[in-house]
Amino acid sequence: MNKKQNLANASATLPKAMTGIQGLDEVTEGGLPKGRPTLICGGPGCGKTLFGIEFLVRGATEFNEPGVFMAFEETPEELIQNVKSLGFDLESLVKQKKLYLSYVKVERSEIEETGEYDLEGLFIRLSHAIDSIGAKRVVLDTLESLFSGLDNTAILRAELRRLFRWLKDKGVTAVITGEQGTGQLTRQGLEEYVSDCVILLDHRVRDQITTRRLRIVKYRGTTHGTNEYPYLIDKEGFVVLPITSLKLNHDVSSERVSSGIERLDAMLGGKGYYKGSTILASGTAGTGKTSIASHFANAACNRGDRCIYFAFEESPKQIIRNMKSINVDLEKWEKKELLKFHASRPTLQGLEMHLVTMYKMINEFKPDVVIIDPLTSLISAGTTNDVKAMLTRIIDFLKMHQITSLFTALVHGQETSEHTNEAISSLVDTWLLVRDVELNGERNRAIHVLKSRGMPHSNQVREFLVTAEGIDLIDVYMGTGGMLTGSARVAQEMKDKDSEIGKKHKIELKKRELLQKRQAIEQQIENLRSEIESDEQEMTDALATEEATGRKVVSDKQGMARARKADKNFDDIFSQVKKSKV
Amino acid sequence: MTNKSIEITEKCELKLYVAGKTPKSATALKNLKEYCEEHLRGMYSIEVVDLLKNPQLAEGDQILAIPTLVRKFPEPIRKIIGDLSNKERVLVGLDIKKYK
Repeated sequence: MNKKQNLANASATLPKAMTGIQGLDEVTEGGLPKGRPTLICGGPGCGKTLFGIEFLVRGATEFNEPGVFMAFEETPEELIQNVKSLGFDLESLVKQKKLYLSYVKVERSEIEETGEYDLEGLFIRLSHAIDSIGAKRVVLDTLESLFSGLDNTAILRAELRRLFRWLKDKGVTAVITGEQGTGQLTRQGLEEYVSDCVILLDHRVRDQITTRRLRIVKYRGTTHGTNEYPYLIDKEGFVVLPITSLKLNHDVSSERVSSGIERLDAMLGGKGYYKGSTILASGTAGTGKTSIASHFANAACNRGDRCIYFAFEESPKQIIRNMKSINVDLEKWEKKELLKFHASRPTLQGLEMHLVTMYKMINEFKPDVVIIDPLTSLISAGTTNDVKAMLTRIIDFLKMHQITSLFTALVHGQETSEHTNEAISSLVDTWLLVRDVELNGERNRAIHVLKSRGMPHSNQVREFLVTAEGIDLIDVYMGTGGMLTGSARVAQEMKDKDSEIGKKHKIELKKRELLQKRQAIEQQIENLRSEIESDEQEMTDALATEEATGRKVVSDKQGMARARKADKNFDDIFSQVKKSKV
Repeated sequence: MTNKSIEITEKCELKLYVAGKTPKSATALKNLKEYCEEHLRGMYSIEVVDLLKNPQLAEGDQILAIPTLVRKFPEPIRKIIGDLSNKERVLVGLDIKKYK
């Protein structure tokens, strides 16, 4: 939206002719000055001629503005041949009268100069060419050849000045190319004639890798991007990357996507990553970064999302094979065209080229998930600063398109892992750190979430297992001896189990003992009871005997008393005895 | 010794490209006729091409500058640009005059 506004504003101030060259119209805020000449300068091989050709071809095909290409160095046949590989069919454009190729041969050996002359012949030819197809655009490539063919520079300079004036009067949008000179933009100082717009193309080599940069040196009467913009020439022509102009105003989503690892999702507030966020998985060699990435890709494809996997270290086949061993089948997604691999060597091309390749693929494939594995190997294609600049661009670009991206980063054992990725640590939203834990002569992996913006993430370290079934996260053993992983953890767990079993055993034993005791006691109680019962029985028997004896005594005594004729109250005594007996 | 014109065995075909009747063109034509009469009498033909009338002809002979004199024949093609005011150079350019 902003961009469109800018374009509209710019066109209100100065009419511009869209070039149709990817990115350039954004940098120039609408294209080249309409009806005026623009100077394109640069060293050999920086793409001046191609710029001119593309300007005309796009003009003819996209904006219905026919163009004249006046070549001073190459014949039309050569030109046609040269740009065929870029998909530009000049021949048919010529046939459709949308393009006029004119070759101006300046051969010093054939020409003798005597006295005064002017370049009216050139003007006539140009005029004829423009009129014959109604051209709106003109490219002169490279005018400076005139200086090598003709001696009288005074005349040449005067004529060039006249030519640019004449072009302006004709109202054609012209592109003039010029070879870069030492200390000035062009060898012959063409920039003093072409004052409306000057674009410098630069082609530099550093560490055996070339990068191309474009800069708008001046552009009268309008605002424009002033940075150096990387550009490149690929199989579809000229591409300028105006990405540093991006702003931090992308939409955000609160939708969440699974990481493909259940326990990891749990660590990330239970739901996984935010859609459109940037995830960095860093760790030392062999800590399972690629496995994390593959799980994520797998999960994405499982949801039906599209995914691009940029591999900079392994070939797709190798990744597929390796991931199969942990039960992640990426091949089937590739067959279903949900997953796309792009593997290349980081040093194959400059960073910009990588960036553009990524852009193009992302624009074409429209993925929901992008994986770059590993990010760090790109550093070999440029300096840390360049890489950071590029990553800023790519991350911004991905965020703008709401693409969830996962990068892996290799950190070296010696460095403290929190610091190595300083270059991008501030750019990522979620940072997973996978590391080695060395204990008891073995290495195990541990994972934790270093940061995760906007979610209550776990602060726990989990042990990270790569099994034939996939990645598994398990709680590490936290005991008196510190954190235990791997077999040490297993041993500890077994020990724990053992003691647990021991305890159970003891309780069981005690229970049994108790039971036995109880049984014994009950037995005892039983015995006592029967003892008491028998005692009671005895007692009853004794009492009965006693009573019987007592009665006998009484009756005996009565008998005796009767016999001895005792007191009257004898009966009372007798009854008293009887009572006490009852 | 004096300068001597070499034997001209073949007819010399000359074309003079001009653009309208400019003073430079007029001077060139005048000079050319003069040299030809002097050195190539009867062995030359001059065709004056006005590019304002026939602009399409400029391409064929790769005309840039005006006026341009083109020697089409004998081969090789030679071009002399300017008002032909320097006689020596014109004659050298046309391969007419050899120095001893």
